[in-house]
Amino acid sequence: MNSNTAIITVKNLVKKFGDFTANDNLNFEVAQGEIFGFLGANGAGKTTAIKILCGLSFPTSGEIKIANFDVYNEREKIKKNIGYMSQKFSLYEDLTIVENIRFYAGIYGMSRKNIKTKTLELITRLGLEDVKNKQIKEIPLGWKQKLAFSVAIFHNPKIVFLDEPTGGVDPVTRRQFWDLIYQAAEQGITVFVTTHYMDEAEYCDRVSIMVDGRIEALDTPQNLKEIYGVENMNDVFIKLARKATRVES
Amino acid sequence: MKRFIGFVKKEFLHIFRDYRTMIILFGMPIAQVLLFGFVITNEIKNAKIAILDKSKDEVTLAISNKILSSGYFILDKNISTQAEIEQSFKEGEIKQVIIFEDDFAGRLVKENKAHIQILADASEPNTANLLVNYTNAIVRDYINKTIKDKRNVMQIVPQVRMMYNENLKGVYMFVPGIMAMILMLVSAMMTSISIAREKELGTMEVLLVSPLKPIQVILGKVTPYFVLSFVSGMSILLLGRFVFNVPIHGSTIMLLLITMLFTLLALSLGILISTVSSSQQTAMVISMFALMLPTILLSGFIFPIENMPIFLQVLSNIMPPRWFIIILKNIMLKGTDFMYIWKETLILLGMTFFFIVMSAKKYKIRLE
Repeated sequence: MNSNTAIITVKNLVKKFGDFTANDNLNFEVAQGEIFGFLGANGAGKTTAIKILCGLSFPTSGEIKIANFDVYNEREKIKKNIGYMSQKFSLYEDLTIVENIRFYAGIYGMSRKNIKTKTLELITRLGLEDVKNKQIKEIPLGWKQKLAFSVAIFHNPKIVFLDEPTGGVDPVTRRQFWDLIYQAAEQGITVFVTTHYMDEAEYCDRVSIMVDGRIEALDTPQNLKEIYGVENMNDVFIKLARKATRVES
Repeated sequence: MKRFIGFVKKEFLHIFRDYRTMIILFGMPIAQVLLFGFVITNEIKNAKIAILDKSKDEVTLAISNKILSSGYFILDKNISTQAEIEQSFKEGEIKQVIIFEDDFAGRLVKENKAHIQILADASEPNTANLLVNYTNAIVRDYINKTIKDKRNVMQIVPQVRMMYNENLKGVYMFVPGIMAMILMLVSAMMTSISIAREKELGTMEVLLVSPLKPIQVILGKVTPYFVLSFVSGMSILLLGRFVFNVPIHGSTIMLLLITMLFTLLALSLGILISTVSSSQQTAMVISMFALMLPTILLSGFIFPIENMPIFLQVLSNIMPPRWFIIILKNIMLKGTDFMYIWKETLILLGMTFFFIVMSAKKYKIRLE
């Protein structure tokens, strides 16, 4: 990987809560346009790391650059260049589709005209013309999820962080969702995704697996399977996760 | 700034789309004022009474007329025997029986003394007390006006005047209390719930990841409620003024400023509550127990603080509504100027400052 195109650089990231080391010396880089899978059992320290990368929390030590901005001093600039979606889909149930889009675009400072044309385009692309003025609570889960993702990248961020974006969704819809992720990556948006569905890990360009606060493995799914001599990512994960000594919190 | 306006717009949409919020904001204040104003009243009008006049002379008739024309009493029936008294009470309609002894006017002339017996239905002690007092006052008044100076009797007659609320209207007391209660409820409870809701739904994370600053998020949450609580407060004042004739003797501007200060205090308290609660449920329960009950019970709204046990009196000092109600009563009923309420105002200011600092601290800790 060419380090010139690295859009996320993490060197010696350590995060401690008192005596507890949640992230123990993490090192990795993510290239622009890459789909980077960030895996780990519950309690392995994924959420802590993602919070630091999004600027929600400060690391205890380490050098971290997101889109070439420093997480200590340039949080505001980082925030403008990233998108975020969690498994809760983060749309307002009592606002309509259009109102949700307008609100999120608005807090990213997009101009009204820009919002209008892009909203129209998005609604046509997702085939939501008939329901665009319906409140979110009235539309099915699969649509919500696609819409939440589209809203997260509506302001054209350089990186989008997806924190278990497919939780509670059926396999067909998940597959469709990954089509959206591929589309975004093709446009040059870097996708940083956590998941606990191992079939999804196969879709990533590269995967890191965290165990007890450390990154135990980081490579393409293909290489990982060869290294551990197993058939699929699920077995890779099980082999690694067995090493965990930390009790799930 | 444009981002901020977008945020406030979104908040208004939430509020206007949730009928429960709307009811709390606008239905409740009106319902409360009307309820307290009309239902819970300490004055008694048109109480049914019976008169047993054994004398039926010009004096007893004059006194009876005076009593019945006062507006407090209606004559349900004239009775003629002692036995009927008990029966009248038991029928339940009659609250009081007035008995004039026989040869009333005659005794008054001869002995300078005559007896009126007042029997009241004390199964409702407060009502009974009031009725007896009314009757006494009317009889005394009659004596003063008609018979004074006819004999050389030493008379000391206290002239009572109920200052600032001449007619002892209950609503005078309730309007400030309801103001305090509604502002607390709307400002503190609604903001804490609405912030907790964003946390519960996971949208708070997204907001914090966005370029919006945390302070903008908080201000955006608070602004709509500030505006709406103020409207709410105003509607209570207007209702009080025009439906119940509760006066505003003091400076209206000062009243509005103090109301804003109290709203601000309640809002900062709401933010503080939201920082310690992760769900709407929790926020609501904390608001209920931490705000509603003390506001009603310990603020002097309904129960006089002076009559509380010392422990509760001390406790009532940390209840913000207590001070707000004092200020409101002073401005509205007594028309005092700022010189006499600066202490209370300072206390409210101090509390507001304290809550803001506390929530800012908590908020930071949570972010880390």
